[in-house]
Amino acid sequence: MAEIFVCPDSEMKDGEVRIVRQGRTEVGVYRHKGAYFAYRNHCVHQGGPACEGIVKGKVVDLFAEDKTFLGQTYDHDDPHIVCPWHGWEYKLLTGECAPDPKIRLKKHEIVQRDGGVYVVV
Amino acid sequence: MNIMNPIVSDPARETFDTRSLLAHAQQQAEDRKYEDFMIIDVDAHHYETDSYRDIWEYIEDPVMRDQFKFTKGATMMQRSTGGYQEMAGRITRYAHRRTEQAPGAVHRDIGLTRKWMDSMGVDVACIFPTPMLGLGLNPVVEVEVQYARAYNKWLTEKILSQDKRLVSMLYLPMNDPEAALKMVEEFSGCRGVIGFLITTVRYKGLYDNAYMKLYRALEERGLPLAFHAATNWGDQSMHITNRFIATHALGFSWFNIVHMTNWVVNGIPERFPGLKSIWIESGLAWIPFLMQRLDNEYMMRSSEAPTLKRLPSDYMREMFYTTQPMEMVNNQTMLQETFKMINAETQLLYSSDYPHWDMDLPSTIYDLPFLNLQQKKNILGENARKLFKLDHYISDEKQARLAARGKA
Repeated sequence: MAEIFVCPDSEMKDGEVRIVRQGRTEVGVYRHKGAYFAYRNHCVHQGGPACEGIVKGKVVDLFAEDKTFLGQTYDHDDPHIVCPWHGWEYKLLTGECAPDPKIRLKKHEIVQRDGGVYVVV
Repeated sequence: MNIMNPIVSDPARETFDTRSLLAHAQQQAEDRKYEDFMIIDVDAHHYETDSYRDIWEYIEDPVMRDQFKFTKGATMMQRSTGGYQEMAGRITRYAHRRTEQAPGAVHRDIGLTRKWMDSMGVDVACIFPTPMLGLGLNPVVEVEVQYARAYNKWLTEKILSQDKRLVSMLYLPMNDPEAALKMVEEFSGCRGVIGFLITTVRYKGLYDNAYMKLYRALEERGLPLAFHAATNWGDQSMHITNRFIATHALGFSWFNIVHMTNWVVNGIPERFPGLKSIWIESGLAWIPFLMQRLDNEYMMRSSEAPTLKRLPSDYMREMFYTTQPMEMVNNQTMLQETFKMINAETQLLYSSDYPHWDMDLPSTIYDLPFLNLQQKKNILGENARKLFKLDHYISDEKQARLAARGKA
């Protein structure tokens, strides 16, 4: 186990990501609503750099009471990490693959101390 | 615990570069030692519309050339394939490739293509255009003919003649059978021309008598004929799909299914036994479906396909197929059975489809547990090398890796 320094706590803003590389280890560190999340930068699909893509809210179908379709919207409380190679999506809050929670990005622990953000690998 | 000094980067501030985007692909290539064997990608793409200023100079009809010039190619590309392959920005290379440059390259297309080839470990790539996949829908026959010839001339003169790692099967304007035949006569033998291509989003039966001279000409020359699928959201059956996932999943198989069915039941493989066909970008799951479906119907209605001497699946098993987009989500048993049914060991050809959104890396084949190493090598390159009679070739980057291993 080792801790890797990511950045001072004040540096990252909500919605930002940093890719931390140490040898062959690559971790994506996200800040969302003041909290940090870290996942291995490796898509389960074909090994793409999952954390180097965009983050987008979960797309939701909207239905009326009678089940008629009303349209679509984003659920920004459920942001998705999107792998830039093929578009595989993972829940930023858990690392679970959006359409299949049995599949997930490898999660890393984040440590905040002395004004710094560290990821444990 | 100890604290190390990592490299920390912010993707939002980095300049787009294909080599960076595909750094993990390169790692895969190194880990799997792709330098030990040749990899041929039988279906990759470039965006010919990036070069429309060059291509318009090759359009012979001066009136059409002007139309093309002032619409920046839009007139020529009139089509209804439609869609949003870039997934609203999720596939980042779609937006970024427009500004990416390839300093030092003979041509930007060559430079950009070499970047992804070297990252993936591909030695030779067969490149196809992108919007032209829908050109067969153009209502003006002369437009298809003029643009196809201009593109083929530009491609052979400016791209294929400049790089021995790039080859192509040239677009045939099938809405004019005589023009298609002339295309074969004019461009056969040009450097890098390894066959000819029919884009299958089109509405003329390929069994028409008007095409027989074309098939004979290809058979005589020993040049394969490829069928590249696409989708057409304007097709009557696709028109009722309301999400791109639906029209894409169905269309890319459907247009090859319908032409393959016509091809077989009209006995084209019996009439031209030396003509090799390649079916591109429909995935693989459709092949066992169609084999079973046609065999079943044929046993009851053989009088409607009297030229056949064997089951439809027997002919299909002798044809060639490209791998991408390979269905591999969660049922490897079915995939293995599919490989058996199509004689993948000799008939399957690796294809990436890069840079399109559903591209497949060589590892999609290399990592399959039910293939032995020779079978993997066959599918990744050797089958294509034999089919197209290509020389054995290993890229400079891979040769450098081989040399480094030798020194180590």
